[in-house]
Amino acid sequence: MSDYAIQVEGLGKKYQLRHQTQGRRYVALRDVLTEKAKALFQRRHGAADRRLEDFWALQDVSFEIKAGEAVGIIGRNGAGKSTLLKLLSRITEPSTGRMHLRGRLASLLEVGTGFHPELTGRENIFLNGAILGMHRSEIKAKFDEIVAFAEVERFLDTPVKRYSSGMYMRLAFAVAAHLEPEILVIDEVLAVGDAAFQKKCLGKMEDVSKGGRTVLFVSHNLEAVLRLCSRCIYLVKGKLELQGETREVIKAYTEHVKQLSAEIDLTPLPRRFEGTGAARLLRLCCTPGAATAAWCYEYGRPLEFSLEFSVAEPLEKPELGFAIFSAMGTELVGVTTTQEAPLARMEPGRYLLKVAVAGLCLNPGTYSLGLGISAHERVVDHVAEAAQLEIVPSEASVRKELHRVWAALTPQTDFQLRQL
Amino acid sequence: MQELTIEAGKTERHYWADLWRYRELFFFLSWRDVLVRYKQTVIGILWAVLKPVLTSVAFVVVFTKLANMSTEGMPPLVFIYVAMLPWQFFSSSLSEASNSLITNSNMISKIYFPRLVIPASAVIVCFMDFLISAAILCVFLVWYHAWPTWHWPIWRVALLPAFTLLAFLASFGISLWLAALNVKFRDFRYIIPFIVQFGIYGSPVGFGSDQVATKVYEKCGEWAPGVLFAYNLNPMVGVINCYRWAFGSAVAFDSRSLLISLAVTLLLVLSGIRYFRATEKAFADII
Repeated sequence: MSDYAIQVEGLGKKYQLRHQTQGRRYVALRDVLTEKAKALFQRRHGAADRRLEDFWALQDVSFEIKAGEAVGIIGRNGAGKSTLLKLLSRITEPSTGRMHLRGRLASLLEVGTGFHPELTGRENIFLNGAILGMHRSEIKAKFDEIVAFAEVERFLDTPVKRYSSGMYMRLAFAVAAHLEPEILVIDEVLAVGDAAFQKKCLGKMEDVSKGGRTVLFVSHNLEAVLRLCSRCIYLVKGKLELQGETREVIKAYTEHVKQLSAEIDLTPLPRRFEGTGAARLLRLCCTPGAATAAWCYEYGRPLEFSLEFSVAEPLEKPELGFAIFSAMGTELVGVTTTQEAPLARMEPGRYLLKVAVAGLCLNPGTYSLGLGISAHERVVDHVAEAAQLEIVPSEASVRKELHRVWAALTPQTDFQLRQL
Repeated sequence: MQELTIEAGKTERHYWADLWRYRELFFFLSWRDVLVRYKQTVIGILWAVLKPVLTSVAFVVVFTKLANMSTEGMPPLVFIYVAMLPWQFFSSSLSEASNSLITNSNMISKIYFPRLVIPASAVIVCFMDFLISAAILCVFLVWYHAWPTWHWPIWRVALLPAFTLLAFLASFGISLWLAALNVKFRDFRYIIPFIVQFGIYGSPVGFGSDQVATKVYEKCGEWAPGVLFAYNLNPMVGVINCYRWAFGSAVAFDSRSLLISLAVTLLLVLSGIRYFRATEKAFADII
């Protein structure tokens, strides 16, 4: 018998993509009835089957995690990291394979789940504790510690809907942080609260991993993974690409990212809403030289890319723009050409727009780039996720110890201190 | 140390053990819903009483005063209220429980627990309301001097908990079906208010079951037994008949409707649990 805490064999999760009813997550009874009625008159492989496409969010993943180990899970967006955590925390059922868990597993997929706005802080501590799997006696024993950690003593009997968002998050995290499961699963939830609190959280996490408990940590912040985790699992498109010592896995990951193509064809990418079609975004290119590899920029260096698009009909007051989103979907940057120099008119033809962004000090991590073109404030074409940017550590980021920072940006800052 | 094995397609083995392990969560969720129910209302818990009382008064006016229907020897308000109690419990359970999974969707998509806990706690909350409005019944009984006398055997009242349990199980069984179906087919959001609105006229709330029987035999001729059977399939018919019997000395005991109710309720609970268990694994994916 080995001393594993988690053992996973051939784990897979299949989702069915429904093509016709895109964007609708639940089906209407009407559709089912009409499908059933249609199926009566059709052969087995009727139209109903063709609309469904299998999508393996996770496929044939096997690994073993020893008790007391801190393991990082890395991979690009959509690699199956969150699906893996959902399976491990039993929120959804696997489609194939099996897993063994030894010990109580608690997941911090999102802190504050189950908080009820009408209830007071005190009541929510008990409720949330129960939801996260704590016993009443456990919560009672840790109650004072939780309250002190969250710094909400004065507001214990106030409904949490009157809390400031910072207080709310602090309380939510405090409850979660005082769980004492044998296995803790964390999915980048720490980017909350003010700086002092973040430091506290990070310290708490280190305590947990040093305290002999098993920790599974999913993050885009490679430096945090490097610091907290001794081993690492690297997922690519739902499959396990590599597992082993963190340093080596991260090296392989960055190598892999480097091999990505600098040129991205935008035409097949999904459009969230239909534009007018008067123009079409065609190609996005990462300017060589600016990046260390395709879509891989060193911290502090300017981002440079070029965008090719075609215009079919004359555009009045055209506006081209891009946005950068954090891994959690927060829009960090949104810039359009109008802000710099408004364009008056654009004749039909093909165009190339060169973009250089300087002074944007994104912290190391993964970000996504969205592109859009509009005219007369109407969307002409729009790609929400055109490319993934990888900001890699540089000398400056190492010097600034940015792995300790959970913010998205660390700009060049000049501090001047004098005693008064 | 707790050990757990999860295998594709075989997650059901530890289901009942899990349900027991999560009993505290069940308690906390019910407690939360009870606490939250009347927060930030001026008259608070009085709402639990006001709704059945006012509906009963309206029914007294319409059915017994305007339509002159028999109240089987009971004071009209008592006659109606005794039926309104279980019906209100049933209908509010249905509407609360069927939406419960959706209102708690953020919990379902983030954390594991036996999903059965959620509709069950919704029914419990409605049961609390039921107990509160039942207290008002005592006031009515005193007011109308309908308090136990020698010709109203007290042992009938002693059977009330059993009838209440039947009402509870019937509500729970249907709620499981509706809650699970509502996750996948949001059509049920529109169907349920309809069931609740229509159901009060399909159940003997404003009138007595023996009036129904008389009318059916008058109008339907040879079809009468079939029509009556269909009427009795509504599990609340049996429950309400028993409630009336417990409080009205002149009301006859209808064992037929009770037996049908019992059978239908059992079927609903068992099939409800079965369906719920079969579908709950996919809740997080489709909610």
